[in-house]
Amino acid sequence: MSEESKPGWRSIPIAGIILEPGSAMKYKTGDWRAFRPVIDEEKCTYCLLCWIYCPDGAIIREEKTVRVNYDYCKGCGICANECPAKAITMVEEKK
Amino acid sequence: MSRIMGLTGDGAVAYAVKQCKVDVVAAYPITPQTLIVEEFSEYVHNGEVHTEFICVESEHSAMSACVGASLTGARVFTATASQGLALMHEILYIASSLRCPIVMGVVNRALSAPINIHCDHSDMMGSRDCGWIQIFVENAQEAYDWVIQAFRIAEDPDVLLPVTVNLDGFILSHSLEGVEVLDDADVEKFVSTRKPVFTIDPDKPITVGPICFTDFFFETKRQHVEAMNNSPKTISKVNDEFAELTGRRYGFIDTYEMDDAEAAIICLGSTAGSAMAVAKKLRDEGKRVGVIKPWVYRPFPAEQIIDACKDLKALAVLDRACSIGAPYGPLCNDVTAALYKENVRLNVFNVIYGLGGRDITPFDIEAIFNETLEVAKTGLIKKPIKFVGVRE
Repeated sequence: MSEESKPGWRSIPIAGIILEPGSAMKYKTGDWRAFRPVIDEEKCTYCLLCWIYCPDGAIIREEKTVRVNYDYCKGCGICANECPAKAITMVEEKK
Repeated sequence: MSRIMGLTGDGAVAYAVKQCKVDVVAAYPITPQTLIVEEFSEYVHNGEVHTEFICVESEHSAMSACVGASLTGARVFTATASQGLALMHEILYIASSLRCPIVMGVVNRALSAPINIHCDHSDMMGSRDCGWIQIFVENAQEAYDWVIQAFRIAEDPDVLLPVTVNLDGFILSHSLEGVEVLDDADVEKFVSTRKPVFTIDPDKPITVGPICFTDFFFETKRQHVEAMNNSPKTISKVNDEFAELTGRRYGFIDTYEMDDAEAAIICLGSTAGSAMAVAKKLRDEGKRVGVIKPWVYRPFPAEQIIDACKDLKALAVLDRACSIGAPYGPLCNDVTAALYKENVRLNVFNVIYGLGGRDITPFDIEAIFNETLEVAKTGLIKKPIKFVGVRE
């Protein structure tokens, strides 16, 4: 959305408050990422340490493996660092 | 019905807060504000109020607790001075930006170093851009009256801004005066209860204080400016209702003998009382002098000051604070900017006085008046900034 198409000061709620609960979901932070975690399902032992350590809740539990929610993953690399099976590689994002 | 009580400036503030049925007080004691906190905590101890009194470990925490309490919809008060106000500084901006109508007594005291406990206005002037409404009072009666009015002004949905009521440390805070106080019921009726515009409520969740980047921050600040711009209407309305209730008429500025005055002093706080007494003496001698005392410092009452100055030939602006490196002291910066904005050419000079509690005497003030009269006659300003009362 361009700056001009956003609402002006007369129409937004005062004090910067947000009236709709849970609206942070709409703010996708995945494009902050410089490196993306890529999971090697062959190596993954489903220990779930990445799921525990992810500060953004961007690791999703599947039935036998885990998946990354790239809409919110900021690419901090904590999951790759913690993974005891070395199943997560940080790959540079290229435009 | 009203009656006279012997109250110190701090005592008058505490008594007004007691009558305003405040829900939460979070405060940390600091000289010369201490009496406010002490006396109010006695009211709490004696069961005379039902206020949640939060003893915090610092002024930073005091203001933080006030913000949290205010967001729940509570009526909130705190008080501080000097280093305490400086420690609150970052939360002052948060309180006003989150539109928390907190009322705070600021008992003006110099800022360190060297450490000093006496009166000057450096503390409030150091935080004057924090987006709060700022009131300065001349005596304990005005402190009492403005605290009561402050809750009404702050909590008005058209304003929703915090208010400081500034009183001079020791000169007012610790001096006993006869103060005409209202009946509890009259105050209760006047201030009513707070009707919050939004609150934090687990049953109706909202987000307060989220991150706000380049896309919305500017709009939020623009709203804050508008709230301050709207406040004069509310201030006048509250002043009118208060005058009806008490017979005591407040406004943006107080003036003394300004009709036909050719030379005048403008100053904040207790010094205005001395200036008025000296002006009376000089008037008796046939000298056309007057005094302007802004009660409201933010929003700055430019219109009212210019109107009061319209027949003047010279004005001395007295500052009890320095804005080191700036063209003038804080009040003089504002006055000259206001005159320039309205294209009014007036001979103005600045007097810096009273730092760290140095007394300003009637003799000092008389000399300032005489110098102002001289400037009015000659149109010549010898020194644009004069330091009065400092040893060379």
